[in-house]
Amino acid sequence: MNLGISATEYLSLIRNGEISAEEFIASTLDRVHAVEGKVHAYITMDEQNALNKARSIDKKIKAKERTGLFLGMPISIKDNICTSGIRTTCASKVLENFVSPYDATVVSKLKYEDAIIIGKVNLDEFAMGSTTEFSYFGPSRNPWNPEYVPGGSSGGSGVSVSALECMISLGSDTGGSVRSPASFCSVVGLKPTYGLVSRYGLVSYAHSIEQIGPVARKVQDVAFVLNTIAGHDPHDDTTVEKGAVDYVEDLDAGIKGKKIGLVQQMTEDGVDKEVSAATNSAISKLQDLGAECIPISLDSIVHSVAAYYTIASAEASSNLERYDNLRYGFDLGTEGYEFKAYVSKVRSNFGPEVIRRMLLGAFVLSAGYYGKYYLKAQKVRAMMKSQIDEAFKKVDFLIAPTMPILPFKIGEKINNPLTLYLLDINTIMANLTGIPAISVPFAISNMGLPIGIQIFANSFQEKSLLQASYALQQTTRLPEVPL
Amino acid sequence: MTKIGLEIHCQLTKLESKLFCYCKADYRDIPPNSNICPICMGLPGALPMLNKKAVEKATVLSLALGCQIPKQISFFRKNYFYPDLPKGFQITQYNAYGKTSIGSDGAIQIEGREIKIRRIQIEEDPGRLVYEGSSEKTQITLVDYNRAGTPLVEIVTEPDFENPRQVRIFLNILADLLENLDVSDPYLEGAMRVDGNISVEKANRVEIKNVGSFRDIEKALHFEITRQQSLVERNIPVVAETRHWDEARKITFSSRSKEEEQDYRYLPEADIPIIHLVQSKIEALKDNMPESVVAKKERYVKKYGITPQVGDVLSSDKFYSDLFEKAHTDTNAKEVANIITTDLMGVADTREKKIELKITPRHISDLADAILNNQITRNSGKLALQEMVKTGKSFSEIIVSLDLGNVNDESSLEKIIDEIFEEEKKAVLEARQNPDTVNYIVGKIMRKTKGKADPSTTLEIIRKKLSF
Repeated sequence: MNLGISATEYLSLIRNGEISAEEFIASTLDRVHAVEGKVHAYITMDEQNALNKARSIDKKIKAKERTGLFLGMPISIKDNICTSGIRTTCASKVLENFVSPYDATVVSKLKYEDAIIIGKVNLDEFAMGSTTEFSYFGPSRNPWNPEYVPGGSSGGSGVSVSALECMISLGSDTGGSVRSPASFCSVVGLKPTYGLVSRYGLVSYAHSIEQIGPVARKVQDVAFVLNTIAGHDPHDDTTVEKGAVDYVEDLDAGIKGKKIGLVQQMTEDGVDKEVSAATNSAISKLQDLGAECIPISLDSIVHSVAAYYTIASAEASSNLERYDNLRYGFDLGTEGYEFKAYVSKVRSNFGPEVIRRMLLGAFVLSAGYYGKYYLKAQKVRAMMKSQIDEAFKKVDFLIAPTMPILPFKIGEKINNPLTLYLLDINTIMANLTGIPAISVPFAISNMGLPIGIQIFANSFQEKSLLQASYALQQTTRLPEVPL
Repeated sequence: MTKIGLEIHCQLTKLESKLFCYCKADYRDIPPNSNICPICMGLPGALPMLNKKAVEKATVLSLALGCQIPKQISFFRKNYFYPDLPKGFQITQYNAYGKTSIGSDGAIQIEGREIKIRRIQIEEDPGRLVYEGSSEKTQITLVDYNRAGTPLVEIVTEPDFENPRQVRIFLNILADLLENLDVSDPYLEGAMRVDGNISVEKANRVEIKNVGSFRDIEKALHFEITRQQSLVERNIPVVAETRHWDEARKITFSSRSKEEEQDYRYLPEADIPIIHLVQSKIEALKDNMPESVVAKKERYVKKYGITPQVGDVLSSDKFYSDLFEKAHTDTNAKEVANIITTDLMGVADTREKKIELKITPRHISDLADAILNNQITRNSGKLALQEMVKTGKSFSEIIVSLDLGNVNDESSLEKIIDEIFEEEKKAVLEARQNPDTVNYIVGKIMRKTKGKADPSTTLEIIRKKLSF
C-alpha cells in the first residue's frame, strides 16, 4: 500500500472502497514498526485503539452513516498536546506518567472529524530546543539520513510525516518548532497566526508566542487540517472570533501579480551556499509564475534572538513552576524527604536545557531586572511588529530560507547552546510578531539533505499564504524519502 | 501618630462560577476536591477563561468606592510556590507598570475623615491547606482545591486610619456596601479577610496577617498598638516584620518568615488579553447601581422625615431596608420605619432569626396604618407584630383573635372610666388635688381594657370629668 499519498487521494480511495481505513491504519502501523528503530519518532503508540477506531469508521462508511471529514486518516500528535487516555509526557521525566483527563481542543476537533490518533511523537523536552536531541526519551533521527538531526522541537512530527509513519501531524511552534523540522525533513509545516488555533491543551512553554500547527507532505493537506482546527475556542481567550474561511477552496489561485519581499537579514550572513542557491531558485520560479520580488530590510531582526530567548525563558520559568509532582507526574516516593527537599528533588529531574531556560527566565523577571531585560525585549517585539506592518504595506509576502544551514549531525552542536539559539534567527520573527509562516520543501542538497523555503504573510492571511505555498510546491519534484 | 492601613480580601460570593472556569464559586460544605476541573487545578495545557461577570462586580464596587476605572485592564502572574497554589502562580492585577487594575485612587468618608483607597484588584483565591489532627506539629498536611480559583477582590487602603475604632467603622460600612451592591455576602465564613499594617509614632511598620474574621482585626490592632508603644517607651526598636494573629490567645506573634522579601517575578498574563472597558457600559453599570447606604439614609430623612438615628439603622441593613421599601406608603413611612427599627429588629437580631421571620411587607404596612388610624395602640401593635412574626397570619385575623382592637368610641370608654372612678374613689380625690397622679387611674383603665384604650382619648375624658 502506498502510504505516501496525500489526504485528498486518501479520501477518494476510501470513498471508492479501494482501501479500508483499517487496512490503511494497519499498514501505517507496520511501517512504524519497520522504521522506528532507525528514526525514533514516537514516544507512545496507541495501536489497538487506532485499529478499533478504524473498524468502526469502516462500518459507518458501509452503513452510509455520517462520517467525519478525515475518514480515519492516521495522525500523530506532538507529545505536548493533551490527549485523554494516552499519556502526555512533554518528553520529560517530570511528566513521564501524566495522563490528561481531557483532550486539547484541536484533538477533540480532529477526533470529531474521525481522524485517528495513532500515537504521540517526540520533541525537545517541553518544546525547548531546535533538534529534538533534548528529549528524555532520546533523540529522533532524520529520515533522510539517520545520523542527522531532524530539526525541532517538533522533530517527531516532522519525522513521522516524512518517514510515512502517519499522514499528518500536529506540532507546536514557539520559535520555529514546526517549521524547523519541516525544513530538515522535507515536509510542509505551518505556524498559524497567533490566535487562529486554540492552544487549550497545549502544554505551555512560551504562551504569548506559540501556536499549534499542522505538518504534512503537501500544502493542500495542511490547508485541509487547518479547516478543522482553526477558529475561536471559548476555552482559549486569545483565539480570535473570525468568520470561517475555507483554506482548501481556490488553493490553486496562483501567485500572479503578487509582490514578494526577500528579507535581507535572513539571507545574507551565515547562510549556507546551497541554501542560498535554493532560495534564489525559488524566487526565480515564483517570478516565472508572475510574482514580483523585491528586497526588504527588517533591521530589528538582529535583536530578535535575544528578545526571543528573554521572553520565552521568562514565560517558561512561570509556566513550569507547577511541576511539583504533588498532583500528577512520575514515580518518586516521598519517603525520607522533608517537603521542600522533596520538591527540589522532583525538580532536579528536568533536563539541562529546561533548567537553563528556567534559570534564565527567573533571572530576567527578578526585581530590578524586569525593565532591563523583559521590558526591553517587549520593546524589540513592538519594533519588529511595526517594521512588519510597514513591510506588508509594500508586499504581500516575505520570503527567506526556513533554516540558514543544512541539517547537521546528532551531537554536533548540543554542547553549544548559543550556536543552537542562533539557528532560530529566520523563524522567531513570526512568533514575536504573531504573523503566519510556512516552510515548504524545495530542494535536496548534494549530500541528500532537505532544504525548505519559508514564506510569511500578514496576520490572518493564511488563505493567500497557502495559495502562494501551493504554487511554490508545484514548481518542484523532490525525490522520495530514502528510508 | 498611629497610622493604620488595610488590605481586604473579599470573595465575590454572588457569582455563580469561579474566576477562570465553570466550577462553582460556592465551595462551602462539599467533600474536599469535588469542585475542581483541569483549569482550576492548573493541569498541563489548561488555560484561564475570564469570568466577565467578575469584572462587572468589581467595577461596581470600584465605582461605589469612588475609584478611577481605567480604559483597559490587564492581569499579571504573581509567581510563588505553595502547595495550595496549583499553577505555581496566582493570577492577579498589578499596577507597577501603569494603572491596569479595575480601580484605583478612590476614597470614602467616615465620620468626616477621608479614607483613601489605593487600588482594587481582581484575583483568584488559592486552595486550602488542612492539617490533619489540627495540631501544628502534625506530620500530614492535606490540600483541598475546592476554593482554588474563587473570584476575589483585594481592596488596599492608604494608611489613613488613626485608631482601631475607625477601622471598625470603615469595615462595617464596607460590609454593608458589599451586601448592598450584591457583590458579596461578607458574613460568610472566610468571605472577607482583613490584613493590616500599623505603625505607632517612632516605630517601624508592622504587617498583621492571618486575621480570620474581620471582627478580630480591631482586637489585633489594639494589641499591636499596646505592644509597639510599650517597646517605644522602653527604647526597644520595633522590628519591621510580618506578624500573625493568634485567634486563641488573642495576640500577634512574629511569623519569622521572609514573606516581605519574596520576589514574585510579576509577569503579564498573556493568556488573558487586555480587556478594553467600554465607557457606555460603565455608565450603564453606574446607572443600575443600587443606591448607596448614605444616599438611602439621606432620602429616608428628607423625604419621609425619619429621624437620622432611625435612618442610619435602617439604611445600613439591606434586609430591613428592603423590607421598608416594600412596606411603606407615602403616608405611613415614618411609622413603618419605627416599627422595623424598634420592634422588629429586637425580635430578629441574628441572621438565622431573620431567615425564620414569617412577616411580609403587607403585615408591617397594615400595622402601621392601624396605629396611625388609632385602630390599635402601639403597645397592642407590639403584640400583633410578635404574633405575625411567629405565625404569618394576616393582621386583621390577629387583631380579632388576640382581641387587640382599640376601645375607641367615647361612650363605652366613658362607661369604663366611670366604673374605675367608683372603684378608686381615693385616687380620684388625690388626682383632683394633684393632677400628676392621674397616671395611676390611666393605668387602671389600661389594665381593665387590656391596653386597648387609646391613651390620649382616655386622658382627655378623665381631664374633662375632673375638670382640670
